[in-house]
Amino acid sequence: MEVIASDKASTQVLPMYRALVGLGIACAVLIVAVYLATAPVILKNEAEQRAAAILGLLPAAVSTASFAHGAEGWHSADPAAGQVIHVGYTATGELAGMAIEASGMGYQDTIFLMYGYDPAHQNIVGMTVLRSRETPGLGDRIQTYQPFVDNFKALDVSLASDGLALQNPITLVKQGEKQHPWEIDGISGATVSSQAVADILKSSAAAWLPLIHGNIDQFAEHSPRELDHD
Amino acid sequence: MTDTSIADEFIKGLWRENPVFVKVLAMCPVLAVTNSSLNGLTMGLATLFVLTMSNTLVSLLRNLIPSQVRIACFILIIATFVTVVDYVIQAVSLELHQNLGAFISLIVVNCLILSRAEAFAARNTVPRSIMDALGMGFGFLIALLAMGSIRELLGNGSLFGIRVLPESFEPWIIMILPGGGFFTLGLWLLLFNAVRLRRSALEDAVTGEVAK
Repeated sequence: MEVIASDKASTQVLPMYRALVGLGIACAVLIVAVYLATAPVILKNEAEQRAAAILGLLPAAVSTASFAHGAEGWHSADPAAGQVIHVGYTATGELAGMAIEASGMGYQDTIFLMYGYDPAHQNIVGMTVLRSRETPGLGDRIQTYQPFVDNFKALDVSLASDGLALQNPITLVKQGEKQHPWEIDGISGATVSSQAVADILKSSAAAWLPLIHGNIDQFAEHSPRELDHD
Repeated sequence: MTDTSIADEFIKGLWRENPVFVKVLAMCPVLAVTNSSLNGLTMGLATLFVLTMSNTLVSLLRNLIPSQVRIACFILIIATFVTVVDYVIQAVSLELHQNLGAFISLIVVNCLILSRAEAFAARNTVPRSIMDALGMGFGFLIALLAMGSIRELLGNGSLFGIRVLPESFEPWIIMILPGGGFFTLGLWLLLFNAVRLRRSALEDAVTGEVAK
């Protein structure tokens, strides 16, 4: 009896494995094929989106160049490579500011954002969300809720006297309780998402700004790409 | 089930068994992404594609998939085509992809698609399953377009981003907010049910006359 039961079990299990594994392989092949076909177009779209975001954050810029930081200081880099900053230049070649990409965990998934930085006034001058999957109607208000977006028009990120850390770390406060220029008014109902944005900015600013201010003269040598103002 | 003609499998989804206005299925995307005509159209087309492909494959493989693992297989098929649609929409427009947000990924758990796979495609031939998917998909697409058009027209004075109403028209902002979705759906359901009841009453009256 046991042998028969065992045989019966094996004959039932095999079609299940066959169906699940076979389908899994076929589905994986299809997904990879579509990814390979669409990846170049998606990368081109992302480059256009990045250029538009830089222009939105640095309206005075007419050209931009991307830099990465290495052991020998700042050097030109591919704008699509990770860990780079985009420097904007005015028509006369002066610094118009920096656009910095940053990311971190939100409520649903990683939030990718870009913020503008004005080195002359040591302020964040704007923030735009590049990609996020935050809850529609709740978490996604980090990009649509105007009072929250207005937090980033002049957010103080001054460095301490030693130039190694922020004088006042960016802090999220409850909605309507902002008192200092380094504080961000949160969003009721999107606490996790707005806290995530504050944390992303805090860690990114703490990492990048000391490197920028210590070597600001290195951004003068560049080969900028023209930004399309149309 | 096979008494109905293959054309009827298509037509039923458009009117008699419309997934939104009659079956009230997939309310999450119906209410959430229909704040503009373009969003409604894109979501409708994405759902139509996934529904057609999943119904086709489920029907094709129905004799090879053991019943114990059928739901896992259906979800695998649906998730694959949702991923395909996700990449294609990113290639077409990142802005559109951003507007639809998480709802593209959530097509995987759209009850309309899983219910058609389980209730229809797993028990019917491939041609019938395709016609069923096309009917239900177009029914869903029409419903999303109907919702999106009304909401964008009243909430923004435009259709597909083109200004239609005069500049003097003050947009009803509520219509593009979540509350507007409920209002618009309620009005469409009212209209649909009123027409259905009227047709039913007329048919009863005709049947009564014939019986006399």
